Amino acid sequence: MQKIGVFVCHCGTNIAATVDVKAVAEALKGEPGVVFSTDYQYMCSEAGQNLIKNSIKEYGLTGVVVCSCSPRMHEQTFRKAAQSAGINPYMVEIANIREQCSWIHKDIWSATEKAIILGKAAVAKVQLNAPLTAGESPVVKRALVIGGGIAGIQTALDIAEAGFEVDIVEKQPTIGGKMTQIDKTFPTLDCAACILTPKMVDCAQNEKIKIYSYSEVADVKGFVGNFTVKIKKKARYVDEDKCTGCGICTEKCPVKNVPNEFNMGMDNRRAIYIPFAQAVPKVATIDANYCNMLKNGKCGVCSKFCTVGAIDYKQQDTIVEEKYGAIVVATGFNPIKLDDFDEFAYSQSKDVITSLEFERLTNAAGPTSGTLLRPSDGKHPHTIVFVQCVGSRDTSGCGKTYCSKICCMYTAKHAMLTREKYPDTDVYVFYIDVRTPGKNFDEFYRRAVEEYGVHYIKGMVGKVVPRSDGTLMVQASDLLSNEQLHINADLVVLAAAIEPDKSARSLATMLTASMDTNDFFTEAHPKLRPVESPTAGIFLSGVCQGPKDIPETVSQASAAAAKVIGLLAKDKLTCNPCVAQANELMCNGCSSCEKVCPYGAITYSDKEFRMPDRTTAIRRVASVNEAVCQGCGACTVACPSGAMDLKGFSNSQIMAEVDAICK
Amino acid sequence: MILSYYPGCTLKTKAKDLDRYGRKSAEALGITLEEIPDWQCCGGVYPIAKDEIATKLSSVRALAAAKAAGQDLVTLCSACHNVLKQVNNDMKTDEEIAGKANRYLGLSEEYHGETNVIHYLEMLRDKVGFDKIKELVKNPFTGKKIGAYYGCLLLRPGKVLKMDNPENPKIMEDFIRAIGGTPVIYPMRNECCGGYVTLEDKALANKRSGKVLENAKDMGADMLITACPLCLYNLNKNTDGYDVPVYYFTELLAEALGVKD
Amino acid sequence: MQKQDKQELILRISGVNARKCMRCGKCSATCPAYDEMEYHPHQFVYMVESGNIEPLLSSDSIYKCLTCFACVERCPRDVQPAKLIEAVRLAVIREQDKNHMKKGDLPELLDEDLPQQAIVSAFRKYTK
Repeated sequence: MQKIGVFVCHCGTNIAATVDVKAVAEALKGEPGVVFSTDYQYMCSEAGQNLIKNSIKEYGLTGVVVCSCSPRMHEQTFRKAAQSAGINPYMVEIANIREQCSWIHKDIWSATEKAIILGKAAVAKVQLNAPLTAGESPVVKRALVIGGGIAGIQTALDIAEAGFEVDIVEKQPTIGGKMTQIDKTFPTLDCAACILTPKMVDCAQNEKIKIYSYSEVADVKGFVGNFTVKIKKKARYVDEDKCTGCGICTEKCPVKNVPNEFNMGMDNRRAIYIPFAQAVPKVATIDANYCNMLKNGKCGVCSKFCTVGAIDYKQQDTIVEEKYGAIVVATGFNPIKLDDFDEFAYSQSKDVITSLEFERLTNAAGPTSGTLLRPSDGKHPHTIVFVQCVGSRDTSGCGKTYCSKICCMYTAKHAMLTREKYPDTDVYVFYIDVRTPGKNFDEFYRRAVEEYGVHYIKGMVGKVVPRSDGTLMVQASDLLSNEQLHINADLVVLAAAIEPDKSARSLATMLTASMDTNDFFTEAHPKLRPVESPTAGIFLSGVCQGPKDIPETVSQASAAAAKVIGLLAKDKLTCNPCVAQANELMCNGCSSCEKVCPYGAITYSDKEFRMPDRTTAIRRVASVNEAVCQGCGACTVACPSGAMDLKGFSNSQIMAEVDAICK
Repeated sequence: MILSYYPGCTLKTKAKDLDRYGRKSAEALGITLEEIPDWQCCGGVYPIAKDEIATKLSSVRALAAAKAAGQDLVTLCSACHNVLKQVNNDMKTDEEIAGKANRYLGLSEEYHGETNVIHYLEMLRDKVGFDKIKELVKNPFTGKKIGAYYGCLLLRPGKVLKMDNPENPKIMEDFIRAIGGTPVIYPMRNECCGGYVTLEDKALANKRSGKVLENAKDMGADMLITACPLCLYNLNKNTDGYDVPVYYFTELLAEALGVKD
Repeated sequence: MQKQDKQELILRISGVNARKCMRCGKCSATCPAYDEMEYHPHQFVYMVESGNIEPLLSSDSIYKCLTCFACVERCPRDVQPAKLIEAVRLAVIREQDKNHMKKGDLPELLDEDLPQQAIVSAFRKYTK
């Protein structure tokens, strides 16, 4: 029989206001094995921890139950305290009477009753606890960054700077991401390309960084410190090592009508292309959907003109397998599709555009060489209407429930720059709220209004009616003057909500990393661990975690890098000792456990057993690789003969808890 | 194929053409429309209020009759379509309304939105297929620029009626293509004509219909088609200066199929 | 009736949660009867939410709504302003002798082309 001490925490009033903590301590005194039971205001405080340590020594405790907050919060704290007092840290059990009790109940009587039951279950479990010793596993000192936008680039540069190798996997032919398409950046209005492209070049030139462009993550196995990743290098039909990026092929290719995604489809590119002049790597890629040679074997022009023989029509997708100690997700975002918002006539008029399209229309490398012209007729627009919150803050089911965060600022930027460059243009911005929490952000927005005379109107646009003369009748609310406005506009710009890249969902499954309902990756703790996924070894960088602008993305990217560096700097990681264990005598060799194990930690082998009649028999039995097992427990449930057990969560321990609850 | 059919009050009186050409065309397309027995007027507008039960009962009776016949229920008038689909949705999703309605009616079998209500246009799209119609057309409207006028009742609320994208529909445009015409897309095609308010505020109806016609004409429509007698009335009363005639879509269908006499 | 009772009545008849409104004004931006209304759709939402029902009850605005569902379709918060306007109208006409249209008014309003649909709709909207 264990000698158990029970410690009930008040957590200030967090627990004590809803749970009668003294009654809990008193009730648990009578449980089998409990030799000491008390309550204290803050058990996690130094005084609280000392209370536990001293009690262990004074009463010769062999097991400890702490009734407090979630084990995710302070299990480590109490385990360390117990260890310092000389007992095995795995002899500590937590009864969660905060998140699972006081925070969700209102009635003191029922909350107290539940707290007592949770305490009894923990006491019953600790009776059966056995000391566990954690093993160690080595750390592969290389990081993988998935996504080569500004988030991935910054993370990779910082990790490389610390001396570790880092690979970037980018599905597009070039790194750079959305920032390459942006003209200027708020609130300082520096040119996006001018500040981004040097970083792209740094990535290419840094010998610690390897860029897998036009590549995707195909498979992830392993665990923190020891991931094995398969990277699919998509066939680009151009030998990356030979191609010099001279661009002759992209001029000679006869297929001229491929919508150019870099310019949001507002002009065309060739079937063989380099996305833009500063692409990294500056290597051509053949678009197999459009290339005549690949489609029907009739062309070969690019190959004829290539002076270095880089064209390879027979190139295949290849899979590269690489090991990593840490993985950073930096998969970024896209503007939403506007099919459900056609009251704004996006699909009916070329002159109704998204903000990202507007960026291209004002960019020197864009389809109009930077002159703001209407896509329909190439004329100068004289009245422009910007509509904010298109699909953001939308609970009707058509859009996104969240605020996309960046639209207020980029719209202010667009409006201001338009008025500066084309003072004869009337610019209207329809807003619900103007949100500018950032350094120099509100000042920036006010400048748009006060210095540049942008008409900010509190209200929303209800309908856009394109007319045969090319004008767009914008029907809108002016809530402050309580009027319905009708504005004849030449151009309407929609600030479309942003959403996580579609690839994020399948990637999250591969990484066993959790996501929220909007497909943003969830962080380990929303305030205190914002750049880590709850899955160990997976880190988050940029908009994949939630909407954010460039400065915030870069900060988070560096923070993620710091976390990765902290991990890679270790030679070994302490393993979780709560892993599965097969009882070979009970195992019937059915392979059920092997099939359900998500980590590939279970293998089968033939073993010799001595039988009662002193003969020997060869039987096929399971064994667990403790370094690979993550302790999920799937095998213990799948095993039909009860041969699989999880250390620290054995079948008998779970049953003892259930019995204590049902008693 | 036999389908239950709910004509509604106006199709028996002022909008006989909408009904007549609809039936003839259906016949030509191999569909028998079986008028449900003893139907009553749907009331013209969907009773929005949570506590309106009695005003929904005539619709529930019609829906239950179609259920008894084991057939989809076809409507032709936009208003009936709107009322029947919305009431059907209440019976399916609002336990309180469904409970009260069933207690009032005391049907032999309770009704809980089992009937599939479809508009005639949906019948053409989903049961017949516009490609098939194209094959059967004898007198195509070649070269005719035709604007589809959806109005408000055919499409909204989109989540309940589920007919088409309520902001960028294409079912009527596809219909126009099927009968050989050229659809003219104009953004006011899903804005209200002024509706029943025409009864006491002619100026309002005049203004709303005028906006629709102005935009249709401006975008190059020679004529408009509609599925709603009230839309037809409001638009036709206000065509002064726009010269855009408005027809029931079934009339054009019957003509295209060669069954208009 | 007390101010709060009126508010509760309107909310009960409509089944609308006016608190969902984020004051974007898209309902009024899209309303085809805007010019004819003294109080506009967004004002209905706001005034019901704040319990200021009396002015709505005595305004002709409740007979101008076309029930075209444009505000319902386009509201980003799914507030359904048309349902509130309908509820205010019902709160009025359900009182004794408060029918907006009397049977005797009708012959004058008819013309020979007017579809029955308009008449039954108007009766449903204007009378108890």
